[in-house]
Amino acid sequence: MNRLQSAAELENFRAGILVARDPAKPCIAVCAGAACHGLDSARVARAFEAEVAKLDPGAGVELRVTGCHGYCEKGPNVVVGPDEVCYFEVKPEDVPEIVARTLTGEVVERLVYVHPDTGDRAVHMNDVPFYRHQTRLLIGDNVRIDPMRIDDYLAVGGYASLAKALFQMTPEQVLDEVKKANLRGRGGGGFPAGQKWETAKNAPGKEKYVIVNAHEGEPGAFMDRALFTGNPHKVLEGLIIGAYAIGSQRGFIYTRHDSPQLIKHIETALAQAESHGLLGENILGSGFDFHVEVHFDVGIFVSGESSALMRSIEGNPPEPRPKYIRTSVAGIWDKPSNLNNVETWANVPQIIGRGAAWYAGIGTEGSKGTKLVSLSGNVVNSGVVEVPMGTPLRKIVYDIGGGIPGGKAAKAVHFGGPMGGSIPASLIDAPLDFDELAKLGAPIGAGGLLVMDEDTDMVDVARYFLEFLTNESCGKCVPCREGMRQTLKVLTNITRGKGREGDIARLEDLNDVTGAACLCALGRTASDPLKSMLRYFRDEYETRIAAGGEAARTNAGSAAK
Amino acid sequence: MCDDEIDKIIEKHRGKSGDLIHVLMEIQHQNHWLPRDVLHRVAEALDIPFSRVVRVATLYKTFSLTPRGRHEVHVCTGISCHLRGARELLETVQRVTGIRPGETDAESRFSLETGSCLGSCSLGPEIIVNGTHHARMTPAKVEDVLKDYQ
Repeated sequence: MNRLQSAAELENFRAGILVARDPAKPCIAVCAGAACHGLDSARVARAFEAEVAKLDPGAGVELRVTGCHGYCEKGPNVVVGPDEVCYFEVKPEDVPEIVARTLTGEVVERLVYVHPDTGDRAVHMNDVPFYRHQTRLLIGDNVRIDPMRIDDYLAVGGYASLAKALFQMTPEQVLDEVKKANLRGRGGGGFPAGQKWETAKNAPGKEKYVIVNAHEGEPGAFMDRALFTGNPHKVLEGLIIGAYAIGSQRGFIYTRHDSPQLIKHIETALAQAESHGLLGENILGSGFDFHVEVHFDVGIFVSGESSALMRSIEGNPPEPRPKYIRTSVAGIWDKPSNLNNVETWANVPQIIGRGAAWYAGIGTEGSKGTKLVSLSGNVVNSGVVEVPMGTPLRKIVYDIGGGIPGGKAAKAVHFGGPMGGSIPASLIDAPLDFDELAKLGAPIGAGGLLVMDEDTDMVDVARYFLEFLTNESCGKCVPCREGMRQTLKVLTNITRGKGREGDIARLEDLNDVTGAACLCALGRTASDPLKSMLRYFRDEYETRIAAGGEAARTNAGSAAK
Repeated sequence: MCDDEIDKIIEKHRGKSGDLIHVLMEIQHQNHWLPRDVLHRVAEALDIPFSRVVRVATLYKTFSLTPRGRHEVHVCTGISCHLRGARELLETVQRVTGIRPGETDAESRFSLETGSCLGSCSLGPEIIVNGTHHARMTPAKVEDVLKDYQ
């Protein structure tokens, strides 16, 4: 492959790919996302390969092993184009029938979606309730892309935004567009990305870095992996555009070591982008140079925290540092380092391609665009969901998620994992919005939405999250290390029926101190789930403590006899 | 693991940023644990104090300083699996294997780990043995699944 030397060459190359493809011909997409992979979708994919190989090459059936489609609950998923017929829970035995029917333009009725209550069938992707209520701007392309083939990304318009940024816009204009779009960081804080970029851009020094945070250590969050594994070029394109705007020549991707598929896709994408002239020296002949290297977390949650992550890239243990000076001014090797998470970078190409005005038209006043949500817990349909900001949580949990299994009632929804919060089911009409949910005490975080049914023990949930963080604390600062340990002790006692009077006051005291005095966000927000519980489910805690006290007195009484 | 292989890994990453972590990670992946003499060799080759190598090796949870069993059993204890019964599942796995998380049995058959979250929440609760997912598990199925791994 000769490196493409200009925007025109890129467009010619793209035209060549599109000419060779007949959009009317059937294309079979087999999902190989994390959940489908766990259900052995690889065997399904091999069965399709064998079956398609038997066909006359003139039949033109194309087979594609793709990233996550989203509907993890019903995997392995297969989508047959051109009109996106969805098959669920496909087994290798089903494959010959699917291929045969596809050739005659028929549908395999027994594998299509049937609504569990009404019995209504849904054949096409847009009719399946799980997909129908979504706006899949980021994850939607997953079905159309084999992550190992850059051609597939180019076929859906990939890297056109990069060309636009490099040849039709100055770095200042790119930055301005992202600021106008009011893109807010998807990693947890919701900090305006444009503002962060601007700080890094204006920071003194020539050497600057951009970083993709693909650590995603939060339990119950899996949307970034789904997006990055399924469509690595989208994230990479966003990163290159960001580097151009900020004036950075060196980028880092920081991800988990334990997702072999993700690593393979990232490394392949980097190599392909480089060989096509979209990465490396003199990108598309524009004179802009940019290189990317991949680094790994080796199993510790706090290394997802920005300053800890940067220490890890340097090769040091991932301990956070106080951020009197922002990492966008002094990060890796004390150079300005702009870090955004996977989903934030993935939003950049469409903002540049379709414009800030279009982007700002989606969502709410303060939260723009769509948001990926990992839906899990006590919900009928677990999976990766993408909806416009402002969508009521009820729609996500019931219309998309299919409600609570076993005919039970919802008790609470929890956002943001161990550093998030729970709100009661009575507030389920709240909109998916950074500010609204933060006000209620359940900040979106990275977007892990956990549904809890009526049987859930809220004391145990708070204890669970705190135990997780206690194990993950790096131990550098005392309020985090000791504060969490003590809080966990009190909570564990309550769950074991050994709660004492005054426990709630003790917990609140500890929350105040860790919330104010910890060095990094891990410690400062560790008490957030507990705070939200004490706000909405206080009576449950009081009852448990009282029951514990009662039991203790009875035991003491019987012992005295 | 022989010295040549270790030297090859060291040379591959030498001079890169974060070379120590890259080297340890690759040795861990191939050898499944980091023996003391290997850590010494890495320290010497990269000209890093042994104490710093140990600090990095003990801080990251993936690095193991003890030998591992033939089969890696991983119970997902992510919150979604937790809500769906991961605790009972873990208790059963502990009873069947006779070891607790972080341990390896005397016959080096199993090593047990817990962790969250593997991103396949719809399959929860699950156990993963040598990378193969056993989805939507119940305690009753544990013995049956593990007997295939000798």
